[in-house]
Amino acid sequence: MNYQELKDILYNGVWKQNTGVVQLLGMCPILAVSSSVVNGVSLGLATSVVMALSGAAIAPIRTVVPNEARIPVFILIIAVLVTVIQYLMNAYMYSLYVVLGIFIPLIVTNCIVLARIEAFAAKNPPMQSAVDGFAMGLGLTAVLAVLGGVREIFGHGTLLSGIDMALGESAKSLVITVVPDYHGFLLAILPPGAFITLGMLIATKNWLNLRAEARARTDARQTPQEITV
Amino acid sequence: MRRTIAKASLHTALNLAVFALIGTAILAFTFAQTHERIAQSEEAEKLKLISQIVPQTLFDNDIIKDTLDIKTDALLGNEDTTTAYRARLGGEPSVIVLEAIAPDGYSGKIGLLIAIKSTGELAGVRVLTHKETPGLGDYIEIARSPWIKGFDGKSQGQDADWKVKKDGGQFDYMAGATITPRAVVKAVHKALQYFAAHHDALFAQKTTSATQELKP
Repeated sequence: MNYQELKDILYNGVWKQNTGVVQLLGMCPILAVSSSVVNGVSLGLATSVVMALSGAAIAPIRTVVPNEARIPVFILIIAVLVTVIQYLMNAYMYSLYVVLGIFIPLIVTNCIVLARIEAFAAKNPPMQSAVDGFAMGLGLTAVLAVLGGVREIFGHGTLLSGIDMALGESAKSLVITVVPDYHGFLLAILPPGAFITLGMLIATKNWLNLRAEARARTDARQTPQEITV
Repeated sequence: MRRTIAKASLHTALNLAVFALIGTAILAFTFAQTHERIAQSEEAEKLKLISQIVPQTLFDNDIIKDTLDIKTDALLGNEDTTTAYRARLGGEPSVIVLEAIAPDGYSGKIGLLIAIKSTGELAGVRVLTHKETPGLGDYIEIARSPWIKGFDGKSQGQDADWKVKKDGGQFDYMAGATITPRAVVKAVHKALQYFAAHHDALFAQKTTSATQELKP
């Protein structure tokens, strides 16, 4: 895998084909978990790890599995992988398990994992597949972080609440109270708030894309000879 | 033609079977390697929670060793024999810690640890295990919200009070996640009924030696 290929996969996963705002996959966990930054980022990172591992596990056997049986075999492998991770975390990283364990069953039901396996890992070598899974996961993490942040500020008036559960008691000072004495805004906490915020994020991404396109077009028309990049 | 279709089907089925076997083997191996450690961490977590809900001033015995086997009972919802821990002050019974299961959570069972004073007043409740929706139903955990402390000091009283406020009772809930607190409130209420029915037997001096040997 060369540098350009790596760059393409990362760009594709984090921005161009972003699972959260472009592919719109895995809405169920996105709506349920993005009520705060810490929850969102936790699920995002756990999903990234599972996606990277499942990409790496499935790519090597892609030629062995007959086409008709590929979906059940892929689901089987993803489920085994996730359950093994759950066992290992429960046994050897109990404090992390207490925080993240609750999200793990959500990852198996997340169609992003199977979608990337189908679209990428079933056609590409292990290394690329692992990077693709991880990049997709990072893109999702970014969306969940922004979504969680917006909903947390509007819903609770705070930012990073619950970080002490992930990083220990000392991290409690990192919690930011954006609006003191805030009484909460229920709509932002409930799933409709997630839909509305996600809609705005998609609009923002589309606007940025259109602006970049328009600029590229005017640049090309006015000064074609100056384009070097 | 027919033979090739049969051959292809067989090949696919065998392939699936082989992967299912490999997957099962991996899972069985991992489970065998980890389940002892998992049980240990869960036991340690339970002891930590017990120390949170049994007030230090109310006992002078070794709670962990003063245990009692609790048989399956519909009021507790336990499917296996569980262990109750008993706190005593100067030989007099003060608090008992019971395990109960709320069967009707939003995503299945919720395991609870319930400490009841000998007077029938709740010393505290903690959630041991649950699968409720992250960010929505998980406020029953003490690490995420003080909600569960709402049980402190409550006793059996009027049946009508043992509901969430939405249903006309006395317990708080969070909008969007009412099923979870309903299940917990119901299970705690039933555990209090169990306690009232078995008060004397629960605090009987005799400890079962079998469970003592199992405890560290």
